[in-house]
Amino acid sequence: MAEVTRTPVDISQGSRTRGGIGESTPRPDGTLKVTGEFAYASDLWHEDMLWGHTLRSPHAHAEIRSIDVSEALAQAGVYAVLTHEDLPAETKHYGLEIPDTPVLAQGRVRHHGEPVALVAADHPETARRAAAKIRVDYVELPVVTDEATALAPDAPLLHPDREDGHADHVPHPNVLHRQPIVRGDAAAARERADVIVSGEYELGMQDQAFLGPESGLAVPAEDGGVDLYIATQWLHSDLRQIAPVLGLPPSMVRMTLSGVGGAFGGREDVSMQIHACLLALRTGKPVKMVYNRFESFFGHVHRHPAKLWYEHGATRDGRLTHVKCRIVLDGGAYASASPAVVGNAASLSIGPYAVDDVDIEALALYTNNPPCGAMRGFGAVQACFAYEAQMDKVAVELGLDPVEFRQRNAMSQGAVMPTGQVVDSPAPVAELLRRVKAMPLPPERQWETAGGAADVRALPGGLSNTTHGEGVVRGVGYAVGIKNVGFSEGFDDYSTARVRLEAIAGEPVAIVHTAMAEVGQGGVTVHAQIARTELGVTQVTIHPADTQVGSAGSTSASRQTYVTGGAIKHACEAVRARVLELGRARFGSYHPAWATAELLLEGGKVVTDGGEVLADLVDVLEGESVDIELEWRHRPTQPFDRVTGQGDGHVQYSFAAHRAVVEVDTELGLVKVVELACAQDVGKALNPLSVVGQIQGGTAQGLGLAVMEEIVVDPRTARVRNPSFTDYLIPTILDTPTIPVDVLELADAHAPYGLRGVGEAPTLSSTPAVVSAIRAATGLALNRVPVRPEHLTGT
Amino acid sequence: MRVNLTVNGRPQTADDVWEGESLLYVLRERLGLPGSKNACEQGECGSCTVRLDGVPVCACLVAAGQAEGREVVTVEGLADFARRRAEGGCAGGSRDPGDCSGAAADAACASETPSGAASGGATAAGVGLDQARAWRPKPADPAELAPIQKAFIDAGAVQCGFCTPGLLVAADELLERNAEPSDADIREALSGNLCRCTGYEKILDAVRLAAARAERAV
Repeated sequence: MAEVTRTPVDISQGSRTRGGIGESTPRPDGTLKVTGEFAYASDLWHEDMLWGHTLRSPHAHAEIRSIDVSEALAQAGVYAVLTHEDLPAETKHYGLEIPDTPVLAQGRVRHHGEPVALVAADHPETARRAAAKIRVDYVELPVVTDEATALAPDAPLLHPDREDGHADHVPHPNVLHRQPIVRGDAAAARERADVIVSGEYELGMQDQAFLGPESGLAVPAEDGGVDLYIATQWLHSDLRQIAPVLGLPPSMVRMTLSGVGGAFGGREDVSMQIHACLLALRTGKPVKMVYNRFESFFGHVHRHPAKLWYEHGATRDGRLTHVKCRIVLDGGAYASASPAVVGNAASLSIGPYAVDDVDIEALALYTNNPPCGAMRGFGAVQACFAYEAQMDKVAVELGLDPVEFRQRNAMSQGAVMPTGQVVDSPAPVAELLRRVKAMPLPPERQWETAGGAADVRALPGGLSNTTHGEGVVRGVGYAVGIKNVGFSEGFDDYSTARVRLEAIAGEPVAIVHTAMAEVGQGGVTVHAQIARTELGVTQVTIHPADTQVGSAGSTSASRQTYVTGGAIKHACEAVRARVLELGRARFGSYHPAWATAELLLEGGKVVTDGGEVLADLVDVLEGESVDIELEWRHRPTQPFDRVTGQGDGHVQYSFAAHRAVVEVDTELGLVKVVELACAQDVGKALNPLSVVGQIQGGTAQGLGLAVMEEIVVDPRTARVRNPSFTDYLIPTILDTPTIPVDVLELADAHAPYGLRGVGEAPTLSSTPAVVSAIRAATGLALNRVPVRPEHLTGT
Repeated sequence: MRVNLTVNGRPQTADDVWEGESLLYVLRERLGLPGSKNACEQGECGSCTVRLDGVPVCACLVAAGQAEGREVVTVEGLADFARRRAEGGCAGGSRDPGDCSGAAADAACASETPSGAASGGATAAGVGLDQARAWRPKPADPAELAPIQKAFIDAGAVQCGFCTPGLLVAADELLERNAEPSDADIREALSGNLCRCTGYEKILDAVRLAAARAERAV
């Protein structure tokens, strides 16, 4: 078998001067990435490899009467065409929480773009053309597209035989999961309210739109197993779903992470992993699959579109009395992560505010729309858009400044969540709002040049030259949000780290091996920083992530630095203890200081806390290596009670606040976001440069949801109308404003180094801040995102 | 069909190219140069930006046959290209159009590179087709990066990095034309390159940093 080429490599970085935690160490994979040498999954290559292609359903809901592959199979250059009949094992479905997703459609398709058949051929175009010759006899069925059609008495059932753990607790089989939360007495509290404000809100379907398409290379192995090189967020979760469908023990499916071009939740679900393995095992040849952008929109789940109804009550002095809300999430055709998204939406639904009396219901529906699952913010984004709009509305009713009103109701450490959980680490909500409000505002008429003329590039519409400033009004808006960190509701959320310390060429080197998916967030950078800090070495090598080491859990839920970083910290501590044991055995008799407990590893040496050098690490190791692998867990959480929603469900909370400044051309409905300032508490910034980058990136995605990003699904046919970067718009550098960031570091005593997950919180509050600013500029209600020009012009 | 072109200074020939193949496909899958990325393959994201006879283009929108006889610079050859420009007074390097007009001259200048002299893009110079296809990633010496590449790393402008190759080629071309770009100039020049990770702030920082360092060096 020819050797696989273009595979991931060790990443090494050494620095004499910096690189511990708290420093803005550059990325160790940065040089590879700027030279084009970094091996992304779509760059993989193998001698004699074939290309895989997926045939997808053109219908959202249809019965499949027959599939005829004979003509496709007869094409020159085609090596295999597979349908559900070719699946080798009893298990023919997979799924993150509920195995309800068919590997290939059998008898029925439930959403537009569902995989129906696979082709392997010697050229990608041959594979595409052969797939077009597969004849599928569809009979279209009525589509379920929203709550009304899903819960209608004669509604088609998406999964009539469902047996999952939620089936017995939902009011209708097309309700995927439902989580109520009842605390206090909202009805009684309502009587105390001086003002009551209600509103209905809607969010469209946002896409992760990561740039690196779903890709991977499956290589059949001589033992009958398969080696899979893949871009994913969680190798071991994929493995758990892949192996049973292939009919192989997990040990015969060996997975290695390849370069990942962004993820944002969109790679939590399996996409082409199983398909590529099936084709490789069938043909006996390596098979590469690379989705094009069109297919990528069908190949991963999206952010749940949502409809939300809220009622807030408040007293004249600006105190919230109660919150009632109902959140309906569209889960689409298959479950994916919807149950967990429901739990998040419910438990975070009133935001970072202290309210004793709440009545909450969140649910997700099965429909024939595209499946929805994880995306940055995960259920908290939808709620934040609604509760922040409500907070503005109540403030107006009370005649209070919207920031002042939020601050009066802001939770702080010791607050009780709607779930009854006590927030036992800093919750600086009022402080974040104060900070973001205190930042200097961009100048009025910022488009004016020194000569008094207008620089149209800085105006709504930009170089379209639609305005030179006439008809342009400015608005300022604020929002704040709360996000949980880590997996919740009793999930065993652990990570595994293997750390080896050895002498290489006379220098101590730490080798860190985890299965963590580096998706761009910079995990590899902070992992090396942690190893340097804990082991006192300069040289750290990051081993490629694979399934030869235990699970690291998912690169999602803002959890990797906390959990895998925590695992590396603890593995390093164990390595250090072992090194000191070795040192005591070798040199203890020469110097009494070896007996003290306070020995440190610094600068490649063992030193006392007084700074006296006892030995070089290299001499302590004396040719041996110390190698320790361990699992590490954060403190446990509890499931939410199914009826009351009570339970200590979350590990940690993370908070961010935004101030948006927008200018709107009210005649044409064009919006220019002038500035989006953010203040966020990160507990401890292990790498300040990366932290700011995460906050700015998350902010830009929130801006996208506010004014441009939406997968448009035809409500009559449930077909996707804009699966391309021509029609699904993500912010460009012209759409994205300056994003000043104020980072607060209030340590969480329960977390490694006091850190707080960073990645998601900034995505929450960015969207409502922008919309609040547009409302301030225009006076319009704007209850739906993305806000489109017609919403602003009334046309 | 057969396509002859010069890539990063080295003459290349690709055989059995299907008429519908793009320059991007030929670079990535036939010439072993996967640095130019395949994010949308319809000219919307700029991840595959290369210079074709000096002009930044989306390689996905160029039919392979259109590149016949022309000069291509990809991210793999960027460091070498920038070094030649700085050393040789070629084209953009001199910032004097009269001195050495057009990027064809740039590329011709680059093509005089002795075999094996390229750094980050070692595949670009002095490597045969079979070797190129068996490309294996290896870290370049950071000391041999182009100024814009260094600036992207130092400013934290690289996160997942998938947009980075296209942005680097576009940003390098901007600085060649305009040594002191305003923020509006940078935004305009990079408006065809999507980035999903960074929020663009650090990309702006990187271009500003590269421009400032060049100014200091003068």
